[in-house]
Amino acid sequence: MEQNRYELNKQLAQMLKGGVIMDVTTPEQAKIAEEAGACAVMALERIPADIRAAGGVSRMSDPKMIKGIQQAVSIPVMAKCRIGHFVEAQILEAIEIDYIDESEVLSPADDIYHINKNEFKVPFVCGARDLGEALRRIAEGASMIRTKGEPGTGDVVQAVRHMRAMNAEIRRVQNMRKDELFEAAKQLQVPVDLVEYVHENGKLPVVNFAAGGVATPADAALMMQLGAEGVFVGSGIFKSGDHKKRAAAIVKAVTNYTDAKLIAELSEDLGEAMVGINEQEIEILMAERGK
Amino acid sequence: MTIGILALQGAFAEHEQMLERLGADYFEIRQKKDLERDFDAFILPGGESTVMGKLLHELDMFSEIKEKINAGLPVYGTCAGLILLAKEVEDGAVQLGTMDICAKRNAYGRQLGSFVAEEEFKGIGKIPMNFIRAPYIAKAGENVEVLAKVDGKIVAARQGNQLVTAFHPEVTDDVRIHQYFLEQIVNK
Repeated sequence: MEQNRYELNKQLAQMLKGGVIMDVTTPEQAKIAEEAGACAVMALERIPADIRAAGGVSRMSDPKMIKGIQQAVSIPVMAKCRIGHFVEAQILEAIEIDYIDESEVLSPADDIYHINKNEFKVPFVCGARDLGEALRRIAEGASMIRTKGEPGTGDVVQAVRHMRAMNAEIRRVQNMRKDELFEAAKQLQVPVDLVEYVHENGKLPVVNFAAGGVATPADAALMMQLGAEGVFVGSGIFKSGDHKKRAAAIVKAVTNYTDAKLIAELSEDLGEAMVGINEQEIEILMAERGK
Repeated sequence: MTIGILALQGAFAEHEQMLERLGADYFEIRQKKDLERDFDAFILPGGESTVMGKLLHELDMFSEIKEKINAGLPVYGTCAGLILLAKEVEDGAVQLGTMDICAKRNAYGRQLGSFVAEEEFKGIGKIPMNFIRAPYIAKAGENVEVLAKVDGKIVAARQGNQLVTAFHPEVTDDVRIHQYFLEQIVNK
């Protein structure tokens, strides 16, 4: 992949910072999301909560449905392919998707290898639970990272755990002596040049969003205060009572994530939040997929 | 000299790094009370213009910012910032509408259409230009000075206190456009 293309793909993620990316399943939902202030939408057939409820194998969405959403909105449109399913990714590239999410929310197509994302022109975002996973995805060509969290649960605990783990490891690497970085690369199972970048800059070489279980304006602000550069909201919006109001409130909470007074106002009268499932109650841990 | 950077969404931190390198003071504008501070100029960053436009209204900052620009406060808009300032927008809503240009949104298509160019910028010379799902200026009024073109399309322009670029110098290493803004527009 030409270097310019990768830089431009990282830079598109930079333009999304401070924003909220919302899961949508229809052109109507995409319009609601855009009007509520989403900086991008994720087109998928079923939101994670329904994927979880339905069970079975979950695949890339129908390209026709994705195209309908591309026509409905002017903001970037993302879509998910299965981990390791590079043909689904080729299809998404062919319909000119703006970002591909190689996602653990869908059933993995390969239990060993991720997609070699360096071979694509179109950008990829991938989930990660810790620094090692994040840097392995970046080595494979991901130009944006998000926490895995535990999608479709409305339980933010895993996203918090993943963001804290990633940032703790980043601080640890930052404080190492230079001669310790080789061993760190070995332990993290990643190329040493990426470890050197983290050591020198104290952050990932790409933008890092929070995802998985964000259901309220307070959840979104929590992830931002923990160091996320933006937030994905999946089931949290269209599984709640008043979609429009909740979506708009989450957008504003991400912009002013340290203003507790404003977030208090935003949290009033939002109607019913999505019904949450505690992590102990779920049968499939999606975050375990793809390491 | 203090620059207020609109920090509602998008790549505002990148502008901060540019100003830091040039030794200019800055602060982030996230809500109405931030507008009470003194500042000499204003930057509208790249990001999603629909998001910023909506938040400007909902956080009740829209009219005050529009008045300040109309009253002559220097402003620099990149990409989404260009769209926010345009008096006319193809396939989109007009936001502040203070500059006599017509912006074409997503003019180069989706992300696969994003590209890097190196072209002449009037008064500066050749500079790298990163276009990311970028707009261009389809029409410019008589009182608008065209500063750069790529493939015949206007990608940078100035009208008095207002400077716009369709591309993103803030994601490159090149500080010359920010320097131009500070020296030629803010410090005049």
